[in-house]
Amino acid sequence: MSRRIYVNGAVWLLLLTAALWLPLIGGYMALASRVLVYALAAMGLNLLLGFTGCMSFGEAAYFGLGGYGTGLFLTHLTHSTVLAVIAGTIVGGLAAFLFGPLVMRRRGIYFAMITVAIGQIFYFIAERWNSFTGGEDGLAGFSRQPLHLGFAIVPLDAVAFYYFVLFFFAIGAGVIALLLHSPLGHTFIAIRENRRRAQFLGIHVERYVWASFAIAGVIAGLAGALNALQNNFISPINLYWVESGNLVIMAVLGGMRSFWGPLVGAIIFVGIQDYVSSYFPNNWETFIGGLFIVAVIFFPNGILGIVRRRMKAA
Amino acid sequence: MELLLFDAFNGLIQGTFYALMALGLSLIISLNSVINFAHGGFMVVGAYLAYTLAPYIGFWGALFAGPILAGFIGIIVERTLVRYMYGRPDPIYSLLLTFGFALIIEDVVRTIWGAQGLPFEIPSALNSPVSTTYFFVTGYRLFVIAAIALATIALFAFLRLSRFGIRIRAGILDLETVSTLGVNVYLLRSVNFAIGTLLAGFAGVLAAGILQLAPTMGDDVIMATFVAVVVGGIGSLLGSVLGGLLIGLAAGVTTAYYPAASDVVIYIIMAVVLIVRPRGLLGQEGLFE
Amino acid sequence: MSTERIKLPVQRRTILKAGVALGATQVMSPFVIKALGETPVKIGWIDPFTGTYAALGTSQLNGAKMAVGEINKKGGILGRQVQILAEDSAANVGQATEKLNKLVDQEKVDFTAGGVSSAEAAAMSHAANLKSMLYIAVGGHVDTITGTDCYWNTFKLCSDTWMLSEALCATLLKKFGKRWYFCTPDYAWGHFLYKGASTILDQAKGTNLGNAVLPLGATDFTSALIKVQQAKPDVFVVFQSGDDFVNLMKQATQFGMTKTMAFASPLLELEPEAALPVEARTGWGVMEWWWDQPNQPHVKEFVATYQKLYKATPSGRSWLGYAAAHSFALAAEKAKSIKAPKMARAMEGLVLPPEVALEPNNPYYRAGDHQCMITEFVGEVNQKGKYPDLFTVSEELAGEKLAKSPADKGCKMTFPA
Repeated sequence: MSRRIYVNGAVWLLLLTAALWLPLIGGYMALASRVLVYALAAMGLNLLLGFTGCMSFGEAAYFGLGGYGTGLFLTHLTHSTVLAVIAGTIVGGLAAFLFGPLVMRRRGIYFAMITVAIGQIFYFIAERWNSFTGGEDGLAGFSRQPLHLGFAIVPLDAVAFYYFVLFFFAIGAGVIALLLHSPLGHTFIAIRENRRRAQFLGIHVERYVWASFAIAGVIAGLAGALNALQNNFISPINLYWVESGNLVIMAVLGGMRSFWGPLVGAIIFVGIQDYVSSYFPNNWETFIGGLFIVAVIFFPNGILGIVRRRMKAA
Repeated sequence: MELLLFDAFNGLIQGTFYALMALGLSLIISLNSVINFAHGGFMVVGAYLAYTLAPYIGFWGALFAGPILAGFIGIIVERTLVRYMYGRPDPIYSLLLTFGFALIIEDVVRTIWGAQGLPFEIPSALNSPVSTTYFFVTGYRLFVIAAIALATIALFAFLRLSRFGIRIRAGILDLETVSTLGVNVYLLRSVNFAIGTLLAGFAGVLAAGILQLAPTMGDDVIMATFVAVVVGGIGSLLGSVLGGLLIGLAAGVTTAYYPAASDVVIYIIMAVVLIVRPRGLLGQEGLFE
Repeated sequence: MSTERIKLPVQRRTILKAGVALGATQVMSPFVIKALGETPVKIGWIDPFTGTYAALGTSQLNGAKMAVGEINKKGGILGRQVQILAEDSAANVGQATEKLNKLVDQEKVDFTAGGVSSAEAAAMSHAANLKSMLYIAVGGHVDTITGTDCYWNTFKLCSDTWMLSEALCATLLKKFGKRWYFCTPDYAWGHFLYKGASTILDQAKGTNLGNAVLPLGATDFTSALIKVQQAKPDVFVVFQSGDDFVNLMKQATQFGMTKTMAFASPLLELEPEAALPVEARTGWGVMEWWWDQPNQPHVKEFVATYQKLYKATPSGRSWLGYAAAHSFALAAEKAKSIKAPKMARAMEGLVLPPEVALEPNNPYYRAGDHQCMITEFVGEVNQKGKYPDLFTVSEELAGEKLAKSPADKGCKMTFPA
């Protein structure tokens, strides 16, 4: 128990002080924000993937919808950045809530394929509806507005925006942590461990899968909203199944069974992609592909899975 | 009305191509239990190898040599990478492994052959329409349909008549029993993976006559192929063929009325199938759940 | 060719490391000695090197790298050596702006350039404006970049869609009948071209037989081609580009349609033409630059050097990259500064000298909208030719005569105070 407190303390301390130490190791704040955005989405996904045992391969849909929600809200309705984030979160979460009943009965590869199907349907809507979403060219023309905090107006430059993202990341991570320690979270894990036994125990498995799916959608929507603000832009590619695959690999890479696994996965994935694509603008895909293969063959339980095993052995 | 018939017919032509892709993918999913996301990559590799060989051995030679080489590469990949996935019941691992491998294939193809598309020449005898009314039925398209039909028949004959083929079918149903009966399961899986990639390579060569031969050629095909397999029913080879034809037909008909929806329609079909009849048209219950 | 591509960014990183760890200077000694402690002038170059537009993006970068070699040989920009830092946009607009911001904030580049698709160029133009950073849209043709969404910091070297439509239609109306059919990819580039070309056709009292709007990335064009065949147009105007263009031409040729009607395209490029089989190399269209200009000074030398460097013939994209990189050097010499506002002022009206222009009509960056007035090469695809001899120029039209005025385009340029 005490170890968990130390680990959590260290993670939050590192995240809070990122502006101080990140430049020293060659990083930059926009990169850190992007890591947090993807980590948040992957942590939401992991609620489904790692803790409920449902292989979702369409999480990018809710990530992207959150982005479009925020972008369209800023374009047409208001200039409040915080309200726009809330709007995006609601859009992503609502979509997942509404589509939950369609996916909750399916298992294994069928669950993956129906989530892909729904994701691709949203992708094509975003891609073709030129007048509303900007189509293939994406939705531009909105930008994150300074925060009105009552006592001051804070422009969201790279550093301020990182802490803005960190604030929402903390909320998202806190919700997930609370959930996992609640009876609901224990039920999720029971379903993952043995769906049939859970059913025999009188648990309405499907309802819980629906709940997990909807909560993951809310988190993905929140992350997508932040992503839209990060780039001041959103395009259909954020809904494409490849983006879903990237979120899955982040969770697997860091460790599907660990709370912080997706964060570790996002640091590695986003970091390597950024770094290697600057070194080898033509051939970085091989590195990412190689990373997938090495991770799957050698670290099936993720980086944190290894760390945990080492600690147990010692 | 005439236009609709044209589009439906054209959709079926497209469907034969999806069917061929789905057939190979279905073999690999069923026996190797691998969700092969690199299937589109093997298609591209087969096409590029055929392009490179064509000046030396002609179109007809390359039509066979390209896919066979792709099959050999398939064996190498199966022996060096894919086999690590056999002990893992969760399909997510094989999916991610092959997803990563697909990225590498695209990059390697671009590095070797260049990002620029390449002109794949087909025999000029095939390069013209057969009639003026049905001008879109070209010699090449008829040839593609015939080639795919022959390949499908040959595959089914192999699976029904040869001892090895019968073992593959038995393995699809129950690999454990086949193994205890003394069949070399390792060899069975390797050869099966190779057949699957060979079919993908064959589809690639055929597609290169109609589409641009470029490193990104397989990107859009792979998801459509999965849709065909799922719609047809995982574990059923005949189902995959039907699934491929069905989504081709659906895309063709949609094009006639509402072109913008022509690529989303296949996902709608898949979603409906998964909701109403999750095991697909001809699939078995309980596979990969 | 691939090692050539890789080498560049590695050098850059080595330099960065050298700044941190002095021990590493040995690796980069030739460069460090040349620069003598001075920081080089850095051009941030963002183009797609992976994905569907990889061939075009690579050509643009190759042209730019060649230009930078020449600039450095002549003593660099204001006495400082020039470096290109290349980043891959993967034709993904979000990634393009991320990379631009990274280059500006992290690498402290002095100028930015690049872009193949209209969407990524427009987005980078906006992102560069937020950073008050000079940006040359090398490719990315959509009108708005130098029209309603023009910025003081953005210059566009490639033509806009109106210039292309105008150049194409003038020739088509002269050579062929006035019954036209159009095929439009469903995104900004296609819609702008259709708007331009159909307006011109209307003004010439021609017949617009129809417009098949197809999604971007369509692979099967049969359905649209059936309708076109039934309409029997004199000219079939195709607005598709890249992979879509190649797929459409391949299929139309197999249907025998290239024999019954004239095919026309407002933007032909060497890269996709080279990807077509011989039978499908046909039609009329516009090239933004063409390598075979026997009467134009300096062109032969340019082509020979490029071929030696890259084992390929320069395409329009290569020239665009080349001229863009040179534009930075020319503007800096004129402004005697590399500060963005001064450079922007200097680029307004800047005429490209013959050894950079490599085409007639003295192209220049127009002051009102920052659009470069390049020459359009209208002509016919040369079916019997072998690569790179795939195009025959029939007319060279001055961009100045084709382009709409900045006011008509809706550009209201405001410089920062």
